[in-house]
Amino acid sequence: MASAPLISARGLVKRFGGFTAVDGIDVEVHPGESFGFLGPNGAGKSSTMRMIGCVSPPTEGELSIFGLDPVRDGREIRSRLGVVPQQDQLDVELTVEENLVIYGRYFDIPRAECRRRAAELLDFVQLTERARSKVDPLSGGMKRRVTIARSLINEPSLLLLDEPTTGLDPQARHVLWDRLYRLKQRGVTLVLTTHYMDEAEQLCDRLVVMDQGRIVAEGSPRSLIAEYSTREVLELRYSPGTNEARAVPIADVGERQEVLPDRVLIYAHDGEAALHEVHERDAMPESSLVRRSSLEDVFLRLTGRTLVD
Amino acid sequence: MITGLASSALDLRRPHRMVERSVMVYRRGWMVIVSGFFEPLFFLLSIRIGFGALIGDIEVGGRTIGYAEFVAPALMAAAAMNGAIFDSTMNVFYKVKYSKLYDSVLATPMTTADVALGEIAWAMLRGLMYSVAFLLTMWALGMTGSAWVVLAVPVCVLIGFAFASIGMAVTSFMRSWSDFEYVPAVQVPLFLFSATFFPLSQYGSWGWVVQLSPLYHGVALVRGANLGEWSWTYLGHVAVLVGLAVVGLTITARRLRALLLS
Repeated sequence: MASAPLISARGLVKRFGGFTAVDGIDVEVHPGESFGFLGPNGAGKSSTMRMIGCVSPPTEGELSIFGLDPVRDGREIRSRLGVVPQQDQLDVELTVEENLVIYGRYFDIPRAECRRRAAELLDFVQLTERARSKVDPLSGGMKRRVTIARSLINEPSLLLLDEPTTGLDPQARHVLWDRLYRLKQRGVTLVLTTHYMDEAEQLCDRLVVMDQGRIVAEGSPRSLIAEYSTREVLELRYSPGTNEARAVPIADVGERQEVLPDRVLIYAHDGEAALHEVHERDAMPESSLVRRSSLEDVFLRLTGRTLVD
Repeated sequence: MITGLASSALDLRRPHRMVERSVMVYRRGWMVIVSGFFEPLFFLLSIRIGFGALIGDIEVGGRTIGYAEFVAPALMAAAAMNGAIFDSTMNVFYKVKYSKLYDSVLATPMTTADVALGEIAWAMLRGLMYSVAFLLTMWALGMTGSAWVVLAVPVCVLIGFAFASIGMAVTSFMRSWSDFEYVPAVQVPLFLFSATFFPLSQYGSWGWVVQLSPLYHGVALVRGANLGEWSWTYLGHVAVLVGLAVVGLTITARRLRALLLS
């Protein structure tokens, strides 16, 4: 890409006392991109996001946002960022609309302009009719949408979203994804963390897989799947506790296998053919499923562990 | 690193936004503020009707004044302290630990110094309202000594500033609600033993301990204003309160930084 990166990190480290949360990562995010940090809890995603959001000084390494230094120019950088934190952190003493207005005031936006933008943003997140409601009675999905509306009050060109849909029901997640996709189409650069594979596949042009503070892989969802997995995956379920034993006679089926406590995964170019082979060998499972490979499989391959506990 | 901390502690640009937020919150909760008028009314009535009649005139600094006239200004100073402590301890702790208000504010161009001074400024503004209410009540009950008593209002704002700053600084070290049980252990002796209810001469050789109390300095100033007296020692009292305010504010800004920007 020819344009200068919006975010550039080199050897970025964050330590809390003796604990290393982020262990020397290199990242570049370009304008208009939608970039994801994928990893399990404790991988260092949120610490990275807080450093980018200029609310946590890096311990070591270089970090620049909009070409500025987060320690020296924190105020300037934050004035151009939108932040959706992991916990909504909405102002529980104010109404939905007031939450947006006062947030705009923190950016020194004139009051009338704040009100105009608040109305527009509440319309965007489909919460106009709840404008005068307090925050507490809203559902989790609604609170999330208020937080996203709030993060847009200063018309940021870069939006940071820390686990935007964690804890939401499927319908609320889809509404949120749709809104984020629209922002992306408007040219807003999205940087998000997630431990949901489907979310990363839906929203990210490019992502890094993080594990224990390090980046273990980088690329587009499709290229990562191509590189670290097969086209299809055959999932076999045997009766509880017998997976290890049942996997032995079919150990050479497919290109690779993962034996998990609750199922056996067979990585194969053609899942149906692999299933046929399993049947041939009389290793009939209680149930089976052929699916497309996902980032979950990439993560499993890279770390030997599943992502969501 | 030290200079970095110092410069960030002074990085102030829009503390008034925190005040603006509080005004938004209390626009609906104005009854809470109105209720602040009741406290001075009950205090002063009890003095006027009760103690004032029981206890005769007392001598302070070579002047003889009625007991009500002696105690009323001290209660005014104490009310400023109590209000500031209330605003800056429980309220602030809730926002740091539970509502996470400051985390969301610090994600914007606002700084920890903006938050610290803004919140303290709001506590002072509330203190100003209470002080005016107190003064009006004193005047209505015929307990004011001279027209100079209006100066008691800015003095009470200063008392509020000092105690709100210290209160917030102390709060920033609190780990749980149970830590707040120590607050009255400090606040009550300050209230009782700052030459509030009896003059410094009554403390005998322990007078120097009383002078360690920040409230003592506030009481002396409010009392002076009520009597319309001037003394160069008042400058010393003002200096103590200003010093406390500055120290408290600086500690608060740094502690908020350590707590919220790690």
